[in-house]
Amino acid sequence: MTQTQNNLPPQTIDARGPRFTAGITLVVLSIALLTHSTLVIGFQLIVFAIAAFIGLKKSPYGIIYRKLVQPRLSGPVPLEDQRPPRFAQLVGFIFALVALIGGITDAKYLFQIATGFALVAAFLNAVFGFCLGCKMYLILVRIFKRA
Amino acid sequence: MNSPLLLLILLALATGIGYRMKATQGRIKRKAGLQISAAEIRTSFGARATVIQFSTTFCSSCRAAKVLISDVVSKQSDIKYVEIDAESNLELVRKLDIRSTPTTIFVDKKGFEIARAIGAPKRDQITAAINRL
Repeated sequence: MTQTQNNLPPQTIDARGPRFTAGITLVVLSIALLTHSTLVIGFQLIVFAIAAFIGLKKSPYGIIYRKLVQPRLSGPVPLEDQRPPRFAQLVGFIFALVALIGGITDAKYLFQIATGFALVAAFLNAVFGFCLGCKMYLILVRIFKRA
Repeated sequence: MNSPLLLLILLALATGIGYRMKATQGRIKRKAGLQISAAEIRTSFGARATVIQFSTTFCSSCRAAKVLISDVVSKQSDIKYVEIDAESNLELVRKLDIRSTPTTIFVDKKGFEIARAIGAPKRDQITAAINRL
């Protein structure tokens, strides 16, 4: 029996979802970089904010995945704790915020560098399945959490 | 910099990083490391060696690595497999400089680290590493 997203334990998500959403993020960030558009990076900032602060399932890209992609996939649903991908969205949010500030203040290089970092991270997740934000999670736990 | 050129450079760079990460993922490297005590892993060492996997509850590849490594190790009576939750053993994680999960550490019968794999290793890599122990 195929388990659906709605039946997943509360702290878990379909592990295939973040890779799909990283693909959409990659396209949006590429458009932002090519057009130097504060509107596009502002939109992506809102998407990152929803995913990081409200939840991955509430994110527009997450909804697209659940409504359009997930029903077409077969086989058992690989589960993943949502904390690391949510943390990765927070990292994306910070880069998008810096890029937006760069765009608004006409600091072209700041916009390009911040968008570029977020774009590389999205590319690695979408194409290779590597979540850089997730990898940073344990490092930050090591730094900030007492043993 | 011209935006299309910058995008091309970034995509090429990310592709290079991706292939590099893919190539090194799970590769078992020989490493003369620190000594771990039996108290730190809360169990005794195997007669020949011990394979210690550091995992986190959120790490999906940790579960696959656990199944694979424990299966390979179960065929060796003198090698022990131990899984440690990284988040609740931060002192040991810091001591051994574990930066991501799964990280698998191979230690000898005295607890000295002799090899390490960062990422989920493949079955043939684990078998080869165990045969070398």
